[in-house]
Amino acid sequence: MNAGKRAHLRALSVLGPLLLALFLLGGCDGGGSRFHGTDISGANYGRDFALLDPDGKTRQLADFRGKVVMLFFGFIQCPDVCPTTLGRAAETRRLLGADGERLQIIFVTLDPTRDSPEILRAYTAAFDADILGLHTTPEKTAETAKAFRIYYRKVPTGSSYTIDHSAISYLYDPEGRLRLAVGHQTPPEAVAADVAALLRASSTTDEEQPR
Amino acid sequence: MIFRPPAAAVFAALLVAAPVAHGEVRITDAWVRATVAQQKATGAFMKITSTVDARLVEVRATVAGEAEIHEMSMDGDRMKMRAIPALALPAGKNVELKPGGHHIMLLNLSARIEENSTTPLTLVVETATGERETINIDAPARALGKQGH
Repeated sequence: MNAGKRAHLRALSVLGPLLLALFLLGGCDGGGSRFHGTDISGANYGRDFALLDPDGKTRQLADFRGKVVMLFFGFIQCPDVCPTTLGRAAETRRLLGADGERLQIIFVTLDPTRDSPEILRAYTAAFDADILGLHTTPEKTAETAKAFRIYYRKVPTGSSYTIDHSAISYLYDPEGRLRLAVGHQTPPEAVAADVAALLRASSTTDEEQPR
Repeated sequence: MIFRPPAAAVFAALLVAAPVAHGEVRITDAWVRATVAQQKATGAFMKITSTVDARLVEVRATVAGEAEIHEMSMDGDRMKMRAIPALALPAGKNVELKPGGHHIMLLNLSARIEENSTTPLTLVVETATGERETINIDAPARALGKQGH
């Protein structure tokens, strides 16, 4: 063995355990690194909403306590990102198996003038019968988007328009706290793992509570 | 060595001049995303390969009042879609129109696009030498819940 190789091995023997320790710490300490999505726990936005379901009933975040809520905004006349995000949401629920019952997927339209309650209902059901499509007036849509830090803007195209918008999905824990922001390209397997982690953390807390 | 360039040139000329319908442009795996009742817009996707440098300059669909070539891009976490005047089809390159990239935006739909139906589309391709070719295809509709990636 030459001197160069020995030096490399020495470096490895010191660095190896150090790297392993860092990896384990990152995986166990409850920091952001155990999730695939970005940990935004404690965010001072996206606290609650008051929107209408396709039946005209007002829904708010508190209605879904005990479930993880996946919330995202979009528009139905969208050929690309929105159907992909809805498809991923439905796939995430399937991947969770029985735990899928404890995930509520909510789609909020940024285009209430075109996305009527009937279209909302039919569209979300095409992906998963339990996805909830919510809407409100254009004015309240703007207020809600702002409160959830969702950017959107109408852009004319041909005789119609398209909408630029944030392509983020938010995940709330079963206690209704905003926990994660998930990018549109995160695969369903990773989203399902994050949902499962939020469900697990919640049931652990429940068990630890004094009776 | 000396005979190679002329031979290649003759071969290329033969390919370009071959009188086969759509000999220069091949379209595969075309599909349209199905819609729900009253939905007015959707996307069409496909793979296009041209044997010569060309551009997709126009798309028409009888079911849509307007059809545009769109480019999807991300600006941070913001999704943007913009109409582009033409889509470059470099010689020999398999240009894919797919979710997350380019697509054909079908606007002002006059009818619902149902799963398992086919949508006739007309594509106009212009070669670098200015020749126009019109290609008619039938794009099957894929169910909303079943994504094509």
